[in-house]
Amino acid sequence: MAKTLISCSGVSKHYGDVEALNNINLDIFSGEIFGVIGPDGAGKTSLFRLVASLLIPDSGKISVLGYDSVKDYRAIRKKLGYMPGRFSLYQDLSVEENLAFYASVYGTNIEKNYHLIEDVYSQIEPFKKRRAGKLSGGMKQKLALSCALIHSPELLILDEPTTGVDAVSRREFWEMLKRLKDKGMTILVSTPYMDEAKRCDRIALVQNGVILGVDTPEMVIRQFNFKLFAIRSEVRHEIIRALRTFDSVHQAYLAGQLVHFTQVNPETDDVERYLMDQGFGDVDIRTIEPDIEDCFINLMMN
Amino acid sequence: MNRFLSFVKKEFQHIFRDRKTLLILFGMPVAQLLIFGYVITNDFRNIGIAVMDQARDQKSELLVNRIFSSGYFLNRGQVYNIDEISSKFKSGKVKAVLVIEPSFTNNLIGKGEARVQILTDASDPNLASTIVGYLSGIIYKFQMDDVPFSEARGIIAETRMVYNENLEGAFMFVPGTIALILMLISALLTSISVTREKEVGTMEVLLVSPLKPALIIAGKVTPYVFLAFANGIVILLLSYFVFGVPVEGSLILLLLALLLYITLSLSIGIFFSTLASTQQVAMFLSLFALMLPTVLLSGFIYPIENMPWPLQWLSLILPPRWFIVILKDIMLKGNGIAYIWDEGLILIGMTVFFIAISIKKFKIRLES
Amino acid sequence: MESDRIIIEVKDLVKKFGWFVANDQLCFNVYQGEVFGFLGANGAGKTTAIRILCGLSKPTSGRVIVAGFDAFSQPEKIKKVIGYMSQRFSLYDDLTVYENIRLFGGIYGLTRSEIKKRSEELLNRLEIPDLRDRLIGSIPLGWKQKLAFSIAVLHKPKIVFLDEPTGGVDPITRRQFWELIYEASKQGITIFVTTHYMDEAEYCDRICILAEGKVKALGKPDQLKKTFNAETIDDVFYQIAREDKQT
Repeated sequence: MAKTLISCSGVSKHYGDVEALNNINLDIFSGEIFGVIGPDGAGKTSLFRLVASLLIPDSGKISVLGYDSVKDYRAIRKKLGYMPGRFSLYQDLSVEENLAFYASVYGTNIEKNYHLIEDVYSQIEPFKKRRAGKLSGGMKQKLALSCALIHSPELLILDEPTTGVDAVSRREFWEMLKRLKDKGMTILVSTPYMDEAKRCDRIALVQNGVILGVDTPEMVIRQFNFKLFAIRSEVRHEIIRALRTFDSVHQAYLAGQLVHFTQVNPETDDVERYLMDQGFGDVDIRTIEPDIEDCFINLMMN
Repeated sequence: MNRFLSFVKKEFQHIFRDRKTLLILFGMPVAQLLIFGYVITNDFRNIGIAVMDQARDQKSELLVNRIFSSGYFLNRGQVYNIDEISSKFKSGKVKAVLVIEPSFTNNLIGKGEARVQILTDASDPNLASTIVGYLSGIIYKFQMDDVPFSEARGIIAETRMVYNENLEGAFMFVPGTIALILMLISALLTSISVTREKEVGTMEVLLVSPLKPALIIAGKVTPYVFLAFANGIVILLLSYFVFGVPVEGSLILLLLALLLYITLSLSIGIFFSTLASTQQVAMFLSLFALMLPTVLLSGFIYPIENMPWPLQWLSLILPPRWFIVILKDIMLKGNGIAYIWDEGLILIGMTVFFIAISIKKFKIRLES
Repeated sequence: MESDRIIIEVKDLVKKFGWFVANDQLCFNVYQGEVFGFLGANGAGKTTAIRILCGLSKPTSGRVIVAGFDAFSQPEKIKKVIGYMSQRFSLYDDLTVYENIRLFGGIYGLTRSEIKKRSEELLNRLEIPDLRDRLIGSIPLGWKQKLAFSIAVLHKPKIVFLDEPTGGVDPITRRQFWELIYEASKQGITIFVTTHYMDEAEYCDRICILAEGKVKALGKPDQLKKTFNAETIDDVFYQIAREDKQT
């Protein structure tokens, strides 16, 4: 098994009365893309700040690259590339000036480490004289990543790098992360988009400061222990209402143009029959593979 | 060192790219000086003064004549004894009394030296200073034109400010403006520039970097030392060339005092930035904790001696109060270090205090 | 659907700022009671078009009729029959739930007794009558969003504009939110959703994809997926945006 780079054991953190993280246990291995997936307010940012030594846990221990996050924060900070949730760029400095400044903060310069960022930075280099404030979301994101990479960190922590970025840039970004990983980089990344889970080697699903599950995306899906029905209909709202009064119902919820449905006794109770009886004759029912969002909902309900 | 220099470079880039702030920065002292300066000169018409002419001889009457024909002063009548003076002042119509000694002409021509006394109501210190300035000018001109003597020492005009005796010399607003502007640039702008990084999120990246807090603070402060110093010099030049405010004492001492005060203001700015998490809060802190007290309580506009005692006590903790005393001593009185060491020591003490708590409070993490 | 009543009619809408063409000949209709998704990346011209539809800005040329009123000449009338909810601004955190309801009810000219009656209905429908006197700032995000929507339709507008209503909320809350939206749409309220979250788009009856100020695609989500041979709306959007980049 690969080396453990980050290890959280029994980590809790609260602000006033608000419990941000509750007893988090997590190991992140060298060379993987680890995704922390959950909605706003789940505790993703708190977790990343704890790992980046920006916060101190109320209880529990975090070790990063072999160092204690509280005692040895200086050693960690030297080897960390960190990109906070909002792209932390100086809006009034140009692309190049931002990069040069962050390089100098780590005592290096652009020329020396150009090879590390070339893949990312070359895409925005034509605009290097432009002020960061005038860049599009996708370009800001690439610049912020370049800035986080410029000092050749051993570990990259990216807090919601794809939020507020257009679809094309999002994909390009994940492809860049993949190439970084192939070069041996360990990447800890968070996202509120469930569909980005499949881009990660392993994921943690978080909600209300608790980890609902940690595994590879495939395993998370395989652990979904219900038969999932997808029902296509023009009257989704009415179908959901009807399904919720069905004796055998486990869950019935909207999924875009479909209704997803799981039941407790799939052997004995026939949902198609039930809907027919309820007067929904013309519905298209099939069983499908769940996606991460279905798994998330299922885990939230437990 | 390289890190430090690039940090300072970055700060200068922020400053010079924010044209509006820069304009305010250098425009404000100019505007303020001009406003204070000209409000006083523009209002300077028909000031009521009274004369206590104990000589009533040829030259004394000629002098009184010259004064009232200047157009600046209105004759509010004669005063015959000392006791009358205070009731004249209290009526509010008389802002100054010119006292001429007996045997004015004889003394002037015989001894080559005669005395007059200018008593002013200094509850409006700026006005009082200006009156003294104008009267002195008229007396000087009278002496040149009407007293054909060159060897004599001439007329000695002795000045007394009634109600505010410690005010000496003119142009209170120059030291006040310097104290205010420097405080504002140093404290307000540094605290805003630190909190801006907190707000935008760049502070988070600086914190996870290996930069030491002392370097971050020093990098933030350095550009503003230059800026504040440049601003102080602009004000001094302006007041010298436009209003003729002199620097009687040592220029070196004056610049050192400027530097001390700037350092103190910067340390207050850094202290505020450890308290505030947004630019808005930093701004309010500076405005209410610094600017208003500086304007109202430091003796800049209202004489401290005339304040009720709780406010007088409050003024003791205001750095500008002490700095204004130092400035007045050096610029107007020409005093040396022997006269200002105690005020200087107070400012140094305050600086050490603020730096110490700022370092103690500067967060290496995001913990609140 | 085509036979239904048109509630928003946009024909050859052009909006220019100086030389910059923010909206270039937009054409689309929105039918009463449908959930219409208006998608586009930042800078695609979404915000400009919404401002015009809400009566906040006048078109340069073209025909824009909202709920029977002309966006050129009757913007004030438009404002009275629409509701608005954005992800960023929705309710005042330092007022209680009821105070927020009363405030927005008052703004839209409901009488005191109407406000009282409707707020009771609203709280009961959301099953949160005990939250009535809690500060908005102290209740969970999911509830806030649902409340904000319910308050946006409190005055029974003909159209309600939602700006990224469920960005960043958990999947269960998101679904509850969409159930509220469908309920409102069943009552005949037209729902106009603008978003750049493509998974939000999957829930709309019809969507319109904007890029570079032009309508690039318009139709039911399933239809569009078929046309573009894509699995998700995100894929559709990706294809459109990539074409855009290449030209």
